[in-house]
Amino acid sequence: MHNLTIKQMSEKLHAGEITSVELTQHYLDRIDQFDAELNAYVTVTPELAISMAEEADQRFAAGSAELLTGIPVAHKDIFCTDGVKTSCSSKMLDNFIAPYDAHVVTQLKRVGMPILGKTNMDEFAMGSSSESSYYGPTKNPWDHKAVPGGSSGGAAAVVAAGLAPMATGTDTGGSIRQPASFCGITGIKPTYGSVSRFGIIAYASSFDQAGPMTRSAEDSAWMLNAMAGFDERDSTSLEREKIDYTAELDQSLKGLKVGVPAEYFGEGLDADVEKIVRDAIAEVEKLGAEIVEVHLPNKDLAVPSYYVLAPAEASTNLSRFDGVRFGYRCDQPKDLEDLYKRSRSEGFGEEVKRRIMVGAYALSAGYYDAFYLKAQKLRRMVRDDFTNAFESCDVIMGPVAPTPAFNIGEKSGDQISMYLSDLYTIPVNLAGLPGLSVPAGFAQDRPVGLHIVGPYFSEAKLLNIGHQFQQVTDWHKQVPAQYQ
Amino acid sequence: MSLGKTEVEYISRLTQIEVREENVDGVAAKLSNILDLFTQMEAADTQGVEPMAHPLDAVQRLRADVVTEVDQHKKLQAIAPSAAEEHYLVPQVIE
Repeated sequence: MHNLTIKQMSEKLHAGEITSVELTQHYLDRIDQFDAELNAYVTVTPELAISMAEEADQRFAAGSAELLTGIPVAHKDIFCTDGVKTSCSSKMLDNFIAPYDAHVVTQLKRVGMPILGKTNMDEFAMGSSSESSYYGPTKNPWDHKAVPGGSSGGAAAVVAAGLAPMATGTDTGGSIRQPASFCGITGIKPTYGSVSRFGIIAYASSFDQAGPMTRSAEDSAWMLNAMAGFDERDSTSLEREKIDYTAELDQSLKGLKVGVPAEYFGEGLDADVEKIVRDAIAEVEKLGAEIVEVHLPNKDLAVPSYYVLAPAEASTNLSRFDGVRFGYRCDQPKDLEDLYKRSRSEGFGEEVKRRIMVGAYALSAGYYDAFYLKAQKLRRMVRDDFTNAFESCDVIMGPVAPTPAFNIGEKSGDQISMYLSDLYTIPVNLAGLPGLSVPAGFAQDRPVGLHIVGPYFSEAKLLNIGHQFQQVTDWHKQVPAQYQ
Repeated sequence: MSLGKTEVEYISRLTQIEVREENVDGVAAKLSNILDLFTQMEAADTQGVEPMAHPLDAVQRLRADVVTEVDQHKKLQAIAPSAAEEHYLVPQVIE
């Protein structure tokens, strides 16, 4: 049952062959069986899931069910979920029961998708391996020695292991695409502003964007239809006409111009990953696409620019955690300053503290121009690189990450090496463009994704390319042996 | 770029994050590593480039200045570490 596509599940639900309660219970049983080892869920919500599934079944009886009605979902623990612990995988929010729903949660509740639980992640979404979680690292279902990627590592792991048919994720510097690549699933980061940030615990507000994490591009298209759309409660939400992300799925790729940036195949790229990505691009060429060389000359400036801007935004966003109104408070503060300082020092993990400190420093008097303003200028140069490249191609293809999943503990002592592992995904966030990761093969027995980046609002085209690629390949259908 | 004790104490004050005496050197080293990454930006020629704050260069959308929040202080204060009579309680500030 857990290896069906979303459309197949929906057909079975609509035909009355299975009920939402049965489907939801099937996933809850699998979570019971497997998650103790995988550690992909922070919180499992069986009572909520079953009561929502019962409501969904009533909608089938009443004839008001939609395509996603009755199909369960897992939310990354960054999405506020009314009445459910929403921890952001931090000690700071270990006791935080969200008093309202994020817009994305509301949208998926409205469609009638039972909530299985909340998935593990890097603390406050700051990381690329899900190791910085207060609840311990999530394991990669393909190899328990490996990280699942991050920050949406729990989300990627539950989809790969069949512990949820689909999951929500967020992507600030690659946090949907890189774990999707590491776990062999499909994930898309939409254009900045497409999905409301309301109720998503903020990391870096000018980058944060939510998106679907699923087995296939078709599944992602259906899920994005439910997630995206204007929300007046997010001041950066874009007022645009509602898009049907499934509309172009079946289009031919004949005549599609695929840009391949030479800079994305340079030093540091694992040879096996390079071969997989080049083979995948050749597969797309066989489907009728034309390959052209493009250039993104400022690629190497993206990582330093991002690590100024994102921590700067984080340092202001995370100033709300002060031990006063919600979240962790230290024991017996002797005065107000002691309350602030000890609550924050004891409540935040090391990487979060580091990013707050470095961000505050970059914004401080004397460094603002040299760091923050300079980084904002580089951000424009990186964006302009893409604008120029898209004059000669429709989409850009390359690797998602320089290597397959690395081992748990391998990079945790070396934060710069961890930061550099996001060098292909970060430029896309700086520019605010949509990016898709689809499974494209295995290197050293670990999954590798193909990265497809398009101009603003080209999600339907990206999903079309992903879907067509998945018609002629079966990487997205591979399931780790132990989770068949 | 290398940070010393003075800078770490300054950042600690700015961020209200405590750095214990025994950890100052370690924190300084880790932060200095990140600042080294920042200095890679220096070589880039940004003359005439406008800083970019928003990916789509969009401006902040405004709304009518009317109250949209409903009063739900009971729900919000139920998750507070310490609250009473519609107030959040903190250690005494004024004698």
